[in-house]
Amino acid sequence: MSQPPLHQAVSPKAGDTLVAQAGGDSSVTNIQQNVDTSTKPTATLWELFIEFFIIGAVSFGGGIIAYEKILLTEKKNWLNDDEFMASLAISQTMPGLNSVNLAVLAGDRLRGAWGSIFAVIGLILPGAAFVMVVGLAYLAGKDQTMANLVLAGVGAGATGLLAAITAKIGVRQFTHMKSLMILIATFILMSLVNLSLPYVLLIMAPVAIFLYRPKSQTGDTTS
Amino acid sequence: MTVLIHLALTFGMLSLLAVGGGTAVLHEMQEVLQARYHISPEMFVHVYSVGQLAPGPNMTMVLIFGYQIKGALGAFITGIAFFLPSSILCFAIGRLWNRIGDTPWRRAVQNALEPISIGLMCSGVYAVARAALSGPLSIGLAVVTFGVILRTRINPVYVILVAGAVGAGFKALGYH
Repeated sequence: MSQPPLHQAVSPKAGDTLVAQAGGDSSVTNIQQNVDTSTKPTATLWELFIEFFIIGAVSFGGGIIAYEKILLTEKKNWLNDDEFMASLAISQTMPGLNSVNLAVLAGDRLRGAWGSIFAVIGLILPGAAFVMVVGLAYLAGKDQTMANLVLAGVGAGATGLLAAITAKIGVRQFTHMKSLMILIATFILMSLVNLSLPYVLLIMAPVAIFLYRPKSQTGDTTS
Repeated sequence: MTVLIHLALTFGMLSLLAVGGGTAVLHEMQEVLQARYHISPEMFVHVYSVGQLAPGPNMTMVLIFGYQIKGALGAFITGIAFFLPSSILCFAIGRLWNRIGDTPWRRAVQNALEPISIGLMCSGVYAVARAALSGPLSIGLAVVTFGVILRTRINPVYVILVAGAVGAGFKALGYH
């Protein structure tokens, strides 16, 4: 929904698999597709854990959703493209990290509650281990000037990165009047008025939902 | 014990407020950590930066705050508190969703939440920038990083590491 760079990166591959499926597998899976409610693809809990663990370990520099898309719809065929987009929309609308939410939904779809648990733990574990090792080294050596020198530059770089990602994800919100006004009002309440987050949401969510309320007949409310 | 309960409540709250991802609660997290646990904005930015270098979901850095505040148990509780509540909510909504399907009102809520979450991300940028940018050197590094990441497809980790090296080099030579 709100990640144009991601879709650009991923969509050509998604198209390829669609073509491949239409050409190759259709005769094999025809019978099963007719009774599609019962054709849940199979995955063991261990498989879920290890596949998400790999993503959690290799996704340096972000783009986890892209890795998850490749795993779920291409590498394993655990979800079809429609199911993936629906899951992604829920992941982005709900609080929490999009990549973690997506693991929750995919895990649940494949193996129920335990599937969610194994997928999420697999996804988080490598980064958590990395952060603990590096973080403990930082906490232990806080006074070392060299580490502080490097981290000052890293902090500046991380700021630029965060700004760039915000700009990329928010392209549509920045370029439409209605969403831009909501965006600016949210920023002002949060950063300049210094309200705490629950109050910001209590004020902005009803206003924004009212502004985007479904039109009575057409029902098509794209921003 | 009370510290652990406080930690769990604080990060559990942040978990449920993180609409649009973890960056939406960066500003709130920084203020709470400073007010309640005396974690300086500078340390916040350092830990946040370490988190950006890590693989996987980019908010695992909350573990470091948990550790700093209450040791290994603190890290464990913080991690559970930050990742579990939002995951349970998403799990429940995901199951509900399969029954309801797409409705105009769901779409309205989603359209409404998107600009709010981008606005909150801007607040996150503001909070991190206020602590991380202290002079022409750091501002220059941030601007160059912004441009490079917006214009190219280079892995951000490399850009951040180069920024760290360049920053350290200049600072060692006495520039700020």
